[in-house]
Amino acid sequence: MPSPNPECKPHHDQGSAMSMDLSEFLDVFLEECFEGLEVMEAGLLHLDEETDLEEINTIFRAAHSIKGGSAAFGFNHISEFTHVMETLLDRLRSGKQQVSQDIVDVLLASVDTLREMVEGLKDETGPDEERVAALKSQLEAAVAQGEQAASGADTEATPATDPPAASEAPPTEMPPPDAQSWRIRIEPDVGPFTSGSDPLRLFGELARLGKLEVSADLSALPRLDQLDPTHCYLGWTLTLRDTPTDKATLEDLFAWLGDDARVTITPLDDQAETETAPAQPEPPATTATEPSPAAETMASDPQSTNPTEPPPAKEKPAAETAPAPKPKASPPAESRPPLKAVKGGAQRESGSIRVSIEKVDLLINLVGELVITQSMLNQAGMAIAEAGGPLAEALLNGLAQLERNTRELQENVLLIRMLPISFAFNRFPRLVRDVSHQLGKKVELVLTGEQTEVDKTVLEKIGDPLVHLVRNAIDHGLETPEERKAAGKPETGRLELSAQHESGNIVIRISDDGRGLDREKILKKAIEKGLVAEGEELSTERIDNLIFQPGFSTADKVSDLSGRGVGMDVVKRNINDLGGTVSIHSEPGRGSTVVIRLPLTLAILDGQLAQVGSEIYILPLISIVESTQIRPENLKSVKGATELYRFREEYIPIVRLNRLFGIADAIDDLEEGLLVVVESEGRLTGLFVDRLLGQQQVVIKSLETNFHQLPGISGATILGDGQVALILDIPGLVQLFHTRPAPRRIAAGGL
Amino acid sequence: MNNNAQQIDADLKPAQGMDQYLTFCLAGEEYGVNILKVQEIKGWSEVTPMPNTPDSVLGVINLRGTVVPIVDLRRHFSLPPAERTPTTVIIVVKATDAEGNVRTMGMVVDAVSEVHNIAAEAVQPPPPIGEGEEQRAIAGLATMDERMIIILDIDDLMVNGVLGSLRQSSAA
Repeated sequence: MPSPNPECKPHHDQGSAMSMDLSEFLDVFLEECFEGLEVMEAGLLHLDEETDLEEINTIFRAAHSIKGGSAAFGFNHISEFTHVMETLLDRLRSGKQQVSQDIVDVLLASVDTLREMVEGLKDETGPDEERVAALKSQLEAAVAQGEQAASGADTEATPATDPPAASEAPPTEMPPPDAQSWRIRIEPDVGPFTSGSDPLRLFGELARLGKLEVSADLSALPRLDQLDPTHCYLGWTLTLRDTPTDKATLEDLFAWLGDDARVTITPLDDQAETETAPAQPEPPATTATEPSPAAETMASDPQSTNPTEPPPAKEKPAAETAPAPKPKASPPAESRPPLKAVKGGAQRESGSIRVSIEKVDLLINLVGELVITQSMLNQAGMAIAEAGGPLAEALLNGLAQLERNTRELQENVLLIRMLPISFAFNRFPRLVRDVSHQLGKKVELVLTGEQTEVDKTVLEKIGDPLVHLVRNAIDHGLETPEERKAAGKPETGRLELSAQHESGNIVIRISDDGRGLDREKILKKAIEKGLVAEGEELSTERIDNLIFQPGFSTADKVSDLSGRGVGMDVVKRNINDLGGTVSIHSEPGRGSTVVIRLPLTLAILDGQLAQVGSEIYILPLISIVESTQIRPENLKSVKGATELYRFREEYIPIVRLNRLFGIADAIDDLEEGLLVVVESEGRLTGLFVDRLLGQQQVVIKSLETNFHQLPGISGATILGDGQVALILDIPGLVQLFHTRPAPRRIAAGGL
Repeated sequence: MNNNAQQIDADLKPAQGMDQYLTFCLAGEEYGVNILKVQEIKGWSEVTPMPNTPDSVLGVINLRGTVVPIVDLRRHFSLPPAERTPTTVIIVVKATDAEGNVRTMGMVVDAVSEVHNIAAEAVQPPPPIGEGEEQRAIAGLATMDERMIIILDIDDLMVNGVLGSLRQSSAA
C-alpha cells in the first residue's frame, strides 16, 4: 500500500553497517523478512485457539531475526518497531502475560505494518508513520498492562527479594559481543550410569568455561520403589554465561551421552532470552534417595538452590524456594506448569539453497531445447537404422536411452519450480478470520492437501482468484448464524479448501455448506442480460455456471467485500489464462463447490496432436471429452448454417477447424473426418478435424514473445521434426467460432 | 581490435559517424537496414501458417527453439509476388517496441546484397511518397554508387506496420 505521506521513507542508515556493502544481501534479507512475517502471521492465528509455548517461540524467533537483520542493515525504524513486538512476545512466551484476543489483534496489525515497512524498503515508501507510532504505543501499552497485572501476581508467588522489575530491563542491552552465553538442555531420563558416563565431571568441565548455572529436572523421577539406582532419571538445564566457547565445542563435550541423548544447545543471544532461561526448567531440587551427581552439581554451584530440598517426585516443587537465593535478576518462577523446552534456535539445518527463478527458468528452457533436439535425433536415427548397418541396433539403443534420460531430466527440472499449494492457502486463515468478523458470520476453515505441489507461476497467479472465491463463499454462500440456526444447521459455517493431484492436473475445490446458488435469480438475470433466451431449457449445471459470465452479479447489494465489479468472470478469465477450467456445483440449501482444474505447470502441456489438412494442431488433453466418428443420423443443421451434432442427449455445435482457419487441403466431408468433443466453460463443442495423431507432452512457447496473441491460439510448440505446431485455446476457439463465422483465409504457405 | 571496438562504438552512436547497413533486394529495389538490428540471415525454411493473420505474415518457424514469425516483405509492401529462388532468404531482425520489448522476427527478401557504410548525414529524409505502411517504415534514402537505397526503420516496420495491422484486425 503506497503511503499517503510522501515524507514517510525508510530511514536508511548510511552508517557503518551499510559501508560493509551489505546491499548484495539485501534481497536475501527481504526474502527472509517476508518468510518470517508469514511464520509470525500463521503462528499468531494459531494463538486464537490455544497457547502453545512452542508456537509463541516460533513467532518470537521470527520477530527476533527480523529485528537482528534490520538492525544489521541499519533499518532502524524496523528494528525498533520489531523490538517492541518482541518485548510483548517475550512476555507471552515466558508466561508473564496471558494471550488475549486484543493482544493477537495488535500483533497481527503489527505484522501487517511490518510487512509494509519491509515492502517499503524496496520502493522507498512505507506505511503511515502515525499508524506505526500508534501501533507501537498500543504494543507498549499491552506490555505495560501485562506488567502491572503480573507485578501484582508476582508478589504473591515470589519472595520480595526477587525484583519483578527484571523483566523491564531494556532488552537493547546486549551482552559483550565476544562472550557468548548458551543454554544447554538435557532431557530427563538420559539412560543408565553403567555406560560409564558421569555428568558431574562434565559439569565441572563446563564450570571452567564460564559462569555455570545448573538446574535439575525431576519430572521423570519414578516412585522410590520403582527406582533403579543405576539409571539416571534426571534432566538438566544448564546456563553457561560469558564463555568464549562455541557450539561445536559444547557439542563435543556432550558426546558422552551418545546418539540417543536429547541435548539441545541454544545460544542466549540477548537480554530478552537470558531473562526467560531460568523460567524454563523446573525449579531446581534434588533427591536424597539417589546418590546422583546432581546433588554435587548443585553444591558446586553455590548460586543454585538448597541441595537438601526433599524430593517432590510428582508434584511441582514449591516455587518460592527456587529463585530465592539467586541474587541475580531472574524472573519469578510462576506456579505455572512446566513448559516445553525451547528447541534449537532458528538456525535449523536445512538442505535447501536459494536460487533465483531466472536460473531455474533458463534451465527449464534449455532442457526444453534438449527434448526437441532429442526427438529430432530420434527421427533421424530411426531413418538411419531402417537402412540397416552394423551399428543400427547400437544407435537405436543409445537413442532410447537418451530419450529416457531426457524425459527424466525434464520432469525433474520442472519439479524445481514446484511449490506446495500451502503458499497460496496460508493467507486464508487470516482472510477468513477478518472477513467473517467483518460480516458477523461464524466460519470454520478446513484446509486439506496443502502439500500438493504446483508450479510457482501457477501458484502466484491463482492467489487472487482464490481470494475472490473464498470471499464470495463467505459473503454470499454462508449464512449468518441466525439464518443457519433457522435452517437447522450448526451456527458455524464450514468452508473447505482442498487441493489434490488428479491425472496430471491440480484440482482445487472451495466448498461451503451455505445456502447454495439461487438458480431462479440467476436465470432471471441471465434473461435480463440477454445471455439466455426466454424459455430456453437449461440444465441446472448450465444455470449455475452462468455466474461466470461477464457482468454477472446477483448480489442484491454491493458490499464492501464482493460485488465490486470484479466478478466471477475475472476469476474465470484468470484461470483460463493459466490453461485451467473452473466450474461450480451447487445444491440449494446445502452449499456450493467451486472446482478449479489447473495444469501443474505452464511450461509443458499434455497435448493431443490433430491433423487438419497439412497442418498439425495441438489440443490440450484436459479439454477433450471424447473423440468420435460422425454418424450422419446424429447430424442436424439449424437455419441451414450452424451444424449441430447429437452427442449424449445434447446437441452440440460443430466447429470445422478447416473452415475456421481457412485450410484448403483439409477434409471437408464430415463423415470422413473425426469429431473431437471438447469442454469449455461447461459447454460441449465438437471440433472437426481430419484425424488424430499421437498424444505427447509439448513444451509451450508463447506467441506473444515475438509476435502477438491470436484468437483461438494459446501458444506454439516445436514438434520432433523441428516444425512449429500451434496449440489451440479451446475457450478462445469457441468464442472465435461464435463471433466470426466467416474468417479470413489463412496465408497459403509458399511464395 | 581497437579499430573494431571504435567501429562498434561508432555504430552504437550513429550521430558520431558512419552506420553500417545491410542491404537487400526486393522487387528490383534496394533496401537497407541498420546492421545492429540484424540478428542473422538464414535460408528459406518451411513455415507453419497462423490463422487469422494478415496475408503478409507467412507463419512461424523454429529458430533453434524460438518461435519466430516470418513476414513476407513483398506482400507487406504490396509488391507483386515472386517465386522462391535459391537466393531467397530470411533476414532475422530484432525489433524493439515502445515498451522496450525486443521481438525476434524474420522477413523474407529476394536476396541480400552487401553491407555499406553510410554516414548519417548522407541519409536524406524520405520524400512524401503517399500514405500507407510503405512510407511509415522508411527512415530515409541514401545514395550508394549511383544506386538509391531505401533505409527501413525496422522497429517501425515490425511493431507498427506488421503487429499494428494485427492489432487493428483483432480489434475489428
